[in-house]
Amino acid sequence: MNKRGFFIVKAVIQIKRITIITGHYGSGKTEFAVNFALGEAGKREYAKHALCDLDIVNPYFRSREKRLMLEEHGISVFGSSEQDEITAEIPALGANVRGPLENAECRVIVDAGGNDSGALVLNQFRKYFTPEQTDVLAVVNFSRYETRTVADAAEQIAMIERATGLAVGGLVGNTHLLRETTAETVLRGHDLALQLGEKLGIPLLYDCYPVGVVDPAYPQCAPLRDTLFPLNLYLRPTWLDR
Amino acid sequence: MANGNDKVLLKGNEAFAEAAIRGGLRFYFGYPITPQSEIPEFMSRELPKRGGVFLQAESELGAINMAYGAGAAGGAVFISSSSPGIALMQEGMSFLCSAEVPLVALNVSRGGPGIGGIQPGQADYFQVTRGGGNGDYKIPVFAPASIQEAIDLIYESAELAAYWRNPIMIFVDGIIGQMMEPVTLPEQRPFTETSKIRDAKPWAITGYGDDDTKKNVVKSLRMQPDDLERHVEYLFEKYRRAEKELCRVETQDIEDADIVLVAFGTVARIAREAIEILATRGIKAGLVRPISLWPFPYDVFDKIGSRTKAVISAELSMGQMIEDVRIGVGKRLPVRLINRTGGMIPTSLDLADSAEKIYKEVN
Repeated sequence: MNKRGFFIVKAVIQIKRITIITGHYGSGKTEFAVNFALGEAGKREYAKHALCDLDIVNPYFRSREKRLMLEEHGISVFGSSEQDEITAEIPALGANVRGPLENAECRVIVDAGGNDSGALVLNQFRKYFTPEQTDVLAVVNFSRYETRTVADAAEQIAMIERATGLAVGGLVGNTHLLRETTAETVLRGHDLALQLGEKLGIPLLYDCYPVGVVDPAYPQCAPLRDTLFPLNLYLRPTWLDR
Repeated sequence: MANGNDKVLLKGNEAFAEAAIRGGLRFYFGYPITPQSEIPEFMSRELPKRGGVFLQAESELGAINMAYGAGAAGGAVFISSSSPGIALMQEGMSFLCSAEVPLVALNVSRGGPGIGGIQPGQADYFQVTRGGGNGDYKIPVFAPASIQEAIDLIYESAELAAYWRNPIMIFVDGIIGQMMEPVTLPEQRPFTETSKIRDAKPWAITGYGDDDTKKNVVKSLRMQPDDLERHVEYLFEKYRRAEKELCRVETQDIEDADIVLVAFGTVARIAREAIEILATRGIKAGLVRPISLWPFPYDVFDKIGSRTKAVISAELSMGQMIEDVRIGVGKRLPVRLINRTGGMIPTSLDLADSAEKIYKEVN
């Protein structure tokens, strides 16, 4: 099972230029997108790197809040109509979002809004999201209230697919309870994500764990070694865990 | 539904809505406004399937008056909004207090004045503690600092509102509405069936039923001045009792601190980290975290020891709670302000730096 995941990571993720990150509200899409974009930029396989923040439904904790940090790592951030406007009541996307999507030299991570309503905005960029150059991933957190079961998580993904007309091609397991996450939490999420993948016929690509909270060297994490993905909580202020 | 002991990861707004349903609050009336729109969204999906009623009002004015009507008829009602929406509801709040109609209301506050912005603020402190409605009335206000505390307070407030026959306000800033925390949810308290309201709330407007001699009237209009005066005095008798019974506060090291910070909600969380930073600089800081904003815990300031040089009110406003802090401290110690407003939030380092500066000035 893990080999299958590993194989798909190689076969899918590294070939395609655009990766769309979708998922339920609060599944951890944005944290994953930021971490994933940093990892991809580090590979230096493309001339340019971009993170397109298409989340126009969530007012707080958006990836464009981390613009400066991402730019220092060579990742351009696109999304809001005004560069530093993160508080607009009716946020709009700037036309410049199309730039990286059109540029064949640019590796693009697309951070979509939560649920089907948030992902709906992907439709206006559909012409760029051809199967040849696009992977669509879904982040799943089985500790989230509304995606506690495989059936609930499958329904969320089906709703996102219906709203966007895009097929989710891989899962990112991100089952956590923030600072209360344990190796057991990650393992439980891994098992449920595998069941979800089985049900949908798509691979589980990553099992995220919060850095500094879960120790990946923990023996129980050994079966996950091919899929473990370290997640730094860039968007969460430290005082939130006081 | 999760069992009582299962930890789940919930966004504040979802947790508030779920806590209200589990608390037995069967009716929700509201109008969407950021940063709490997830609440009406959640309620529209969940309440009808669980035997409750969700109704989107045409405005916040409509919502508060629907709450007045449903509450007067004995329904257990929850409403929520954000700052400008709560402002629109103030007239209704005054009516509910006068007519003694229970309600649990939630303000997920944002920056103001006016339409302001959608980032977090605490500048509705006066609005919720003093009230923007007319006449003499009081509303107990709880200000949780975590999602779990908010769940527990909303759940408890469902009973408190019915007991006190008064609205209870829960006051959080947008950060608490939008952030996520692992929480434990309480068991579902059953909704009161319509046929049982007559027994549970003998004062409610339930029609004549089988007894055509007894008719309840729930109203705020009292045309005779002596009658109105008696009514207001009766209400204030109740409020004086509430001042004793509903006052809640948490303290940390205030007996022997160099300085004492006073903060509620999100700012109290930041203050805890700032206090750790100050300790590394050799300054011992204590914390007063009011949980009830009305009644305000004035007496807690008597516990501040002789070592303390200043009391600092830390707020996301231009300084509103500081007026209550001054009443509590009296002339014993200087009271200073550290603040951000407009949706800006201080970092723990900002807070520690400002507190250190004040300490050096007064020491």
